[in-house]
This record gives sequence, structure tokens and C-alpha cells, in this order.
Amino acid sequence: MPQGRGLNELTIAEAARGLRAKAFTVRALWDACAAAARERNGELHAYLELFDADDAAIAAAERRIDTEGDAAPLLCGIPLAVKDNILIEGRVASAASKMLEHYRATYDATVIEKLREQGALFLGRTNMDEFALGGSTENSAFGVTKNPHDPSRVAGGTSGGSAAAVAAHLAIAALGTDTGGSVRNPASHCGVVGLKPTYGAVSRAGVIAAASSFDQVGPLAKTAEDARILFDAIRGADPLDSTTAPDGLYAAPAAPERLRIGVPRALLAHAGLDAGVKARFEETLERLTAAGHTLVDVEIPSAAPSLAAYYIINFAEVSTNLARYDGIRYGLAARGDTLLADYVRSRTEGFGPETRRRILLGTFVLSAGYIDAYYKKANAARAALRREFATAFEEADVIATPTMPTTAFRIGEKSDPLALYLEDAYTVLANLTGLPAISAPMPAAGGLPAGIHFTAPHAGEARLFAAAAAVHNLAAAA
Amino acid sequence: MATAEEVKKLAALARIEVGEDELAAFTKEFDAILAYVGQLEALELPEAGETPPLRNVMRQDADPYEAGAYTERIAAQFPAREGDALLVKKVISHE
Repeated sequence: MPQGRGLNELTIAEAARGLRAKAFTVRALWDACAAAARERNGELHAYLELFDADDAAIAAAERRIDTEGDAAPLLCGIPLAVKDNILIEGRVASAASKMLEHYRATYDATVIEKLREQGALFLGRTNMDEFALGGSTENSAFGVTKNPHDPSRVAGGTSGGSAAAVAAHLAIAALGTDTGGSVRNPASHCGVVGLKPTYGAVSRAGVIAAASSFDQVGPLAKTAEDARILFDAIRGADPLDSTTAPDGLYAAPAAPERLRIGVPRALLAHAGLDAGVKARFEETLERLTAAGHTLVDVEIPSAAPSLAAYYIINFAEVSTNLARYDGIRYGLAARGDTLLADYVRSRTEGFGPETRRRILLGTFVLSAGYIDAYYKKANAARAALRREFATAFEEADVIATPTMPTTAFRIGEKSDPLALYLEDAYTVLANLTGLPAISAPMPAAGGLPAGIHFTAPHAGEARLFAAAAAVHNLAAAA
Repeated sequence: MATAEEVKKLAALARIEVGEDELAAFTKEFDAILAYVGQLEALELPEAGETPPLRNVMRQDADPYEAGAYTERIAAQFPAREGDALLVKKVISHE
């Protein structure tokens, strides 16, 4: 085991090796993570709730490693953090909303079931923007998550709690969900690796829906290898989610040793791109070429207007998905004089301002008279974007941009909702096209973290792990 | 340009109330957001394109849960219940 590091600071791969070598026990690993989480959560607010130790699960994981040794799953006995919109049976799953503050999950999400089968342990549920709407975790109904690198700044979002928990070593790794960048954005701001898998790669059964044509569950981890381990554990077709893709639907593209990295130069002229982030991005590319990879210019002309298309579709799908919260069957139930008053009072008291804003905007873009100008036009832009990426991948194995145009901003700095939407310019492209994408921390000498973002063809996650590992090796070589 | 009246009408359709104190700010933000996403209107785009190959994604109608396996867990979430039934307001009146 590496000297001088707490057990909570290990990666999944290191912890799995240590457990097999009997360097420490599952109990000791759990205790180290749980103690770190208890100690720093007051300051960072990464977790909405920390769970008590599940003695039976810890003992079972211990026994399994004893009896199965190297054949035991890598996640056996590994303590993980889980975003608050992923159902764990018997636990509250609030999506950081007053609407679901006291809602208890009646079953396990498929991803949780898969992790349980591997013997993984759950430390707690992590903070997020309400119903995964936002980009800074400031829209949580239960308070903002702080960035471990500078607690006066946001952790990013919407999976801000999961990213902060991993970055501060309050968990070995975590699950988040990504609708327009919600795994990759906080990964960039907190300096960890975040993967948005191919649309359909991971089941959403038991995941609280935001925008169903975009949502994917993805890992937040300390290394690309850990992200791969978690992705391998949760992926796969699921009869409970008809949008999951059967194996072989896409021919999985191979990961060549030397990557052709496509760079859409026009996107780097984005008005909001911070000069420091841009310089670090260029330097990272330069060092990747020195390491044997090649750069090619690619063009994605529809990328810029795609952000508008993304938000139109997001509003439309969010307003539709959130129509189910009516105060009748579960969740916050305020009562008025009439049935209509019951609905209106429950929804008005249950939803926060950003959620209400998006429901209204979605109602607008789907209304008769506007649906052609907005929603149908957005779908046409989405189709054009998909074709452009397909063309770009004829020349490139992966396509690189910065993950976020800026580093983490100060809490409260961006109060204008549109300003916050514009931060998502790079990340939404993968959700619009269903392509897999990863954010990996760029090498830097101090300062706030910033991620480099790679996109690959459908089912091309192997290329993304290779690209993220290549970036990691640059940092290690420096 | 969105007006306060339009925002109120949308809110009524969405079963949400926007308080008078929030209305001005909401309307202003609405305008800025709609102006931004409205830039798509000016774009010349081909039609959304062909439908991808379709396949059956429905699971087999088999292996049901054991009857009642989830009843108590789900009923425990009801705001009001009578036995295993969800208690709701009377909506049809004979008066």
C-alpha cells in the first residue's frame, strides 16, 4: 500500500489489491471513508445523508474476498457514494427536492442491484441540483455543495455532491447522472474523472428522470481505470429499461495506442472560454502530441446553435417528466379546497425556482403554435449534429474540447439562469448525440482544476478511458 | 416578448402558481431565455431525417411479481390511506 495515505484516499484498484493482500479489512476501509465523510461533510455538504454501516454487507464482502480471492469482483467491499436521484430500497431518494424530501425508495435501481451483486457498499446519498436541473448544485433545496479545492466556490453540478465526495476522499468513487454534463461538469470543477456513457449503455430503471432522451448514469472516480471498473459493473441491457441497447447494437470501436485527436477549432472561439482554461487545453494537446498522439482539425458547424436546441428539448422533457408529481400518490402533498388546488399547492410548494422555470418554459415550447418553431426545429438541429459528428469520426478517434469554459466560480456569482446555461456549451453535445464522453483533469501546477473533454463514437468508451489515461500519464510524467 | 399574463397562463396550464412578487423577474428571465433559444428559428436545417431502424423493445409479458410484494412499501408513501387504498378527494358530485 502507498505510504502515508489514508485508506479513504485509495483508488478502487488500489483498495481492491489491498483487500486481497490482507493489508487491511473491508471494515477498516469503510471506517476510514465514513470517518472522513463525517469529519468534512459539515464543511463541504457533499452528502445529504450518511448511512450507518451495514454490518451484514461488510461481513459478506469480507468473507467473499477471503473465499474467492482474486476472483471476487473488484468492487467487493468498496465504499461508494450515490447521487440522491438513484433509488436505494428503503432509503430516502429526494432528488434534492422538497417534493421528495420524505420519499423512500420502494426498490433498488438496476445500477444499485448490480453494485450490490458485486459486493459494493453505500456510504450515503449525495447532494445535487434539484431534479438534476442546474450546473452548480446551487439549486439543491437543502443547501449548496462546496468545492473541496476552494470552499468559497461551487463544486459544479448537477452531480456536485458525488464529485466533491470523491475529490475530498469522502468516498472511493461515486455514481452520478448526466443529462447535459452533470457528471463531467463537476468532475472538471473538482479535479476528478467523470464519464457520460453511450446513451442506452446503462439502465435508468430506478433513476429519477430529468430529460429522458439525454439522461445517463455515469461514474465519478479518481482515475480513468476506476471509472472503467465502475462502468463495467453497471452497464448492460436491462429488461426494465427499454432504452438500454443490447450488446452488439453498435460495433464497439477499438482503442488504438496512438489516438487521432480531433479538435473543433471553431469551438475554441467560444466567447465565454476563459483564457487560462484555453491555454491549459492547448498545452495539454501539445503534450499529447509529444507523447505520440496526433491532432486533426475537425468541423462541427452545428455545435454552436446546438446549445439552444439542447435547452428546448431539456425544457420540453423536464416539464413532461415532472408532470407526475401531483401531490396525490407520493411526495409532498399540500391540500386546498379542490382537487385542482391540491395539485397547484403541492407543485408550487414542492418545486424550487429553477424547476418551476423549466416546467413553464417546457410548457411554452410544447404549446400549440410554438412546437414547430422550437421543439421540432431543435430535433432537426440534433439530427444535423449527429451527422456532423459521424463525419468528424471518419478522421478522428476522439474529439477534444475543454469540459467547461471556466474553472469553478464563486458561490452565488452566476445568479442569471441564462449565464449558467451557457456554461454547458461543450458538454451538451454528447447528450444530444448519445455519444459517450469523459472529462479528465488537465495537468496543472496548482490552481483550480479544469478538465479536458473527449467524445468517442457510440460504444467507444474504451477510447475514452485510453485518452483519459494518456492525460493522466502526462501529469505523472511532469 | 413574454408578458406577465402569458407567464400566468402557462403556470396555470402547468398546475403551478407564480406569486405576484416573482412574476416580474420570471417574465424578464423568460424573455432572455426565449430570445436565446429562438436563434434556432433563423437556421436553415434539413428535416430531422429518416427514422432509424425500429426493433421491439418491450420485455416479455411474463414473470410477474408475487402479488402484494410491493403493496405495503408503496402504500406507505400515500399521503392518506385507508387500508391498502389511496384516499383521495371526491371529484364527482351528485349535487
